[in-house]
Amino acid sequence: MSVHTFINILKRALDEEMSHDSAVHLLGEDVAAGGAFGVTRGLVDKYGDHRVKNTPISEAAITGLATGAALAGLKPVLEIMFIDFATLALDCLLNQTAKYRYMSGGQVTVPLVVRTQAGAAGGAAAQHSQSLETFFIHIPGLIVVAPSSPVEAYGLLKSAIRYGEPVLFIEHKRLYTMKEDLPDDYTLPTIGQARVAREGSDITIIAYSAMVQTALEAAQTLADQGISAEVLDLRTLLPLDMATIAQSVSKTHRVLIAQEAVLNGGVAAEIAARIGSELFDELDGPVERVGCPFAPIPFAPELERALLPGKDDILRAVHRMVGHA
Amino acid sequence: MTQQTLEHWKQMYRSLWRIRIFESQVQRLAAAGEVPGFPHLSTGQEAVAVGVCAHLHPSDVLYTSHRGHGHILAKGSDIEATMAEIIGRDTGLCRGRGGSMHLVDAANGVLGATGVVAGNLALAAGAAWAVQAQGKPAISVVFFGDGATGAGVFHETLNLAALWKLPILFVCENNGYAEFTSREEHSNVNHVSAFAAPYHIPTKTIDGNDLRVVHAEAGAAIAGIRAGQGPYLLECMTFRMAGHYVGDAQQYRSKEEMAAMLEKCPIERLKRHLLESGVDATELDAIQNDATQEVLAASDRARAAPRPDPASVMEDVYTSPALHAITG
Repeated sequence: MSVHTFINILKRALDEEMSHDSAVHLLGEDVAAGGAFGVTRGLVDKYGDHRVKNTPISEAAITGLATGAALAGLKPVLEIMFIDFATLALDCLLNQTAKYRYMSGGQVTVPLVVRTQAGAAGGAAAQHSQSLETFFIHIPGLIVVAPSSPVEAYGLLKSAIRYGEPVLFIEHKRLYTMKEDLPDDYTLPTIGQARVAREGSDITIIAYSAMVQTALEAAQTLADQGISAEVLDLRTLLPLDMATIAQSVSKTHRVLIAQEAVLNGGVAAEIAARIGSELFDELDGPVERVGCPFAPIPFAPELERALLPGKDDILRAVHRMVGHA
Repeated sequence: MTQQTLEHWKQMYRSLWRIRIFESQVQRLAAAGEVPGFPHLSTGQEAVAVGVCAHLHPSDVLYTSHRGHGHILAKGSDIEATMAEIIGRDTGLCRGRGGSMHLVDAANGVLGATGVVAGNLALAAGAAWAVQAQGKPAISVVFFGDGATGAGVFHETLNLAALWKLPILFVCENNGYAEFTSREEHSNVNHVSAFAAPYHIPTKTIDGNDLRVVHAEAGAAIAGIRAGQGPYLLECMTFRMAGHYVGDAQQYRSKEEMAAMLEKCPIERLKRHLLESGVDATELDAIQNDATQEVLAASDRARAAPRPDPASVMEDVYTSPALHAITG
């Protein structure tokens, strides 16, 4: 067993995959220097600047370059420093990366992982704090992964690199300093499978990324109040693991979905619609959602705190749903 | 001219005609309602395709634009499978999933056409990086129109290619038009080769309608790239004898402009050269007829091929069939 921060364990995953497979290459802005958050620090010394490539600030071109390299035999891991900048790469991700396999009639695949970092914390303000995963779950051909803890990030990143499909890997900046033990007998998760992060019987709280940690804190408080909440960690937003969701809903009959992104047209809306149509008979009440009010992320700490959904929002929603005050 | 080189030019003459007839056939089939969507023809630009691709091996990677039929045929992709894709058959290169603007023939190094102008440039640079990283002797070639220079990713890609010394040939087919708008109206920069200078990319602007010039200059550029000298930008001045797409009435072009264009037809020019070199006119006619028969026969076979099974529509989105079931 060993203790790791989110940042260090990502580096370990990259290191192991680069050592395991010579086709794995890293590229992105400042990655040779470690990237903005130090995830890739030191890897250039071990693997050389031909496998850890610094790039200009050219999100469109480096995403195209990584896609073209994946189509021609490499397994690139591209870092887009903030998901807010992924909009500059969206033409490629949407029109090329995700569709190449289909448009070619299955002749080629795009084994590319795009690591990016999202979410609000510490006054990063409106252009460095967004949760934009919804844009990407709308794109057939992509896989979207959003890990909830250091160990989850480790396993999911390794699985993503080995997966062979284009994967958008969204890291939440609030989790970067979180520490967790990596068990000696750890086995890699399967892409596309959700996990039960905490078992419960009264209500299912579905979450992903950092919101899983918030949901787990809420579940602990609820337990003290006599409410047994099950917490599902989606792990992948695309595809959605409806089988695991169905299993949990069939047990608890109440569902709250929590996300940091604004609610309009979001991941929670999609899940709510699927549950409504596929699991209606299992429900004892309407599916409820917790998310960000419809505003940009503000700068001042008081405003940021006021806007972001948190533990109290989850508690209030659960109390309302299970009939407690 | 020696016998051997004469044979070589006659082969090229045949290649030019194959593309010209292929595009005419696409136009005919489109007019008859047999081509879904809106194909873009390369009629008049054949010399660029043939002159450049003559230097490529199947292991070299080719990217092209929405106007890519000619490049793909010149690189040696199967005429029938290419036509079958353009008319949406199951036997097409991409099983009817791509069409004219998304032709891919991976086994022949054709990693594809793209419908987004300039979208192919960075992908081609990525292929160049991949072969460089894997120590392969191959190179990457990307064809694009002058319209692509208006996109930021064109400039980003030139910078990266120069910085990483990538084995890539940028071939600009400067036909003077970005869709319906002339070059003068969309840029103060007359020649695309001017963009190469600040990145220290070697470049040349050449007559893209003279096959012998294209062949020689592309050969020299590609030899340099294969020798590890990094990227090269070849600007080929050419003419789009057809409209932007099939059905474009081309009201933005004058009669004089169209007449001058026919005078500069790359096929006519090579033909004049071959006749002057002593080749018999009947032999050239025979080559033309041969190419015509070859293309039309392939087109007929493509048209007789089965259409895709609607039940297969979800295949190829993901590699894992299990994913299809859970994405909903």
